Amino acid sequence: MTQLSTSDLPAVAGLVDHGTNDHGYGVFGLGSFTFERDEYFATVRWPSGHHRISADDFLRAIQRDIAWEFFYGTVNFDGVLGTVNHYGRVDVCAGRFSKEHQAAGMAHTETFPTEVVAEAFLTIADDWTNEGFDPFVAPRETGSAFGRKNGSNPEALRRRRVTAERMVGAPGDEPLRTDDNGHPVNAAFSDVPQDEPVVRAEAGFADELVAFNLFAYLSRSPVTFNPSVVSACRDSLACPTTEEYILPIIHGNDRVEWFIQLSDEMVWEIEDGATGAKRATVVMKAGDVSAMPADIRHQGYSPKRSMLLVWENASTQLPDLIASGTLPSHPDVWSAR
Amino acid sequence: MSSTQLTSPPQTAIVPPGGPTTFGSLAHHPSGGVQVIDDDPRHYVFSNVFAVAKAGAPYLRTAVAINQEYVLEATRAEGPSPWWSAAHDEFVLVMDGRVTVWLRKPTAPLVEPDHDGAVVFTAEPEGVPMGTIEAGRGHMVLLPAHSAYRFVPETSAVLLFQTVAGPQTEFRWNEICQTS
Repeated sequence: MTQLSTSDLPAVAGLVDHGTNDHGYGVFGLGSFTFERDEYFATVRWPSGHHRISADDFLRAIQRDIAWEFFYGTVNFDGVLGTVNHYGRVDVCAGRFSKEHQAAGMAHTETFPTEVVAEAFLTIADDWTNEGFDPFVAPRETGSAFGRKNGSNPEALRRRRVTAERMVGAPGDEPLRTDDNGHPVNAAFSDVPQDEPVVRAEAGFADELVAFNLFAYLSRSPVTFNPSVVSACRDSLACPTTEEYILPIIHGNDRVEWFIQLSDEMVWEIEDGATGAKRATVVMKAGDVSAMPADIRHQGYSPKRSMLLVWENASTQLPDLIASGTLPSHPDVWSAR
Repeated sequence: MSSTQLTSPPQTAIVPPGGPTTFGSLAHHPSGGVQVIDDDPRHYVFSNVFAVAKAGAPYLRTAVAINQEYVLEATRAEGPSPWWSAAHDEFVLVMDGRVTVWLRKPTAPLVEPDHDGAVVFTAEPEGVPMGTIEAGRGHMVLLPAHSAYRFVPETSAVLLFQTVAGPQTEFRWNEICQTS
């Protein structure tokens, strides 16, 4: 595998604008990667190879990568392209987690400061997202990503991610979602009760008695596959999300994370994080709990809109402890307890 | 597109796109599972909140997820609970049923500031009432650090705590998880 870092490059290396192609889309360079799209496909080239991906899939994936600030660990756009977050630096990868690309000498990684990749990806997404296409919503809710360049949709690319410091609804924290603040109930959750808890605070304790209807809150999420923090117990973050269709990326976490299916059903296809080899299928129905080990990558399928609680440990020490073997890549519950 | 929709759709008997929303309950909780291709199913520590709550004694706070010191605990609320307190914030999500949460501000902290997890008290702690919260399915309640709290369910309820592992946390992985 070839690996270049910013220190190897003479002038890093923000996005280079190579002009507009015959389809009306910008052609961009980032390091030695080139990004180009036509009416149906995005094509990424690097010194030892190239890869084509459907334009809608590419835009849905790059949008999550931007919105999640490269998330925890690896965000694979598909089996070939992706990013790895080093929290301050980001690897842009091609074939790194494909044993065939590795064997053929076609795997390639370049490392950039986070802000360089963030700005570059947002510029690409802005240029390649046509008016009427929203990469953050379910397919039934959006227009087409395809065709010649046709306008833009900057608002869809700049939604603010919810990150509660203590809990949604707590004084000074993230507000509840309502019609009045632009969060109507999604049609797919029109049967979810909207009642709120009944809070009776004694004098002086109004700020400490806090409760909200999480299921109603989730029913008002305008997007899919966007884990957002609703409660925080030190580094323990409850990050529920609403899911419909397919997780647009294949996530390979650098720590153990947990899924708790709150409603309906999802299926997770599990692959080896380093090679993509098939390892398991996890079927989750309402109330099911499953760990996602740190050495796998997973992609979820939600036949109808569902609610999923993603539970993360945000400790900055975990990636190194797991990578070094100090901690196991799966929950070590069988021997110790 | 939903982003252009100004108001919520009416709550009617019309089936939503994709079908009705399905939640689990104590009475009905079909479960999925891990279908192994080339892996050990125990690595997924797969269980079901409702099944765990149903199988354990009332108010047994059984860990269903753990990430270093942090846990999610499932329990079945049945009759009045004991009082609990923790030195850190905890959160409880009502997964089924309806409960009233009673909160008190103890005269003095009941738990040392560096103590992890909930501590149980058999008697009502001295202090002043902070108030009550009636919560139903899907409602999340903050259990503030150094408050004392108890639950009184209408009937049976299922609760999921977001907390830190402590003396009240029960570990029963071999009983609750898929192992093969």
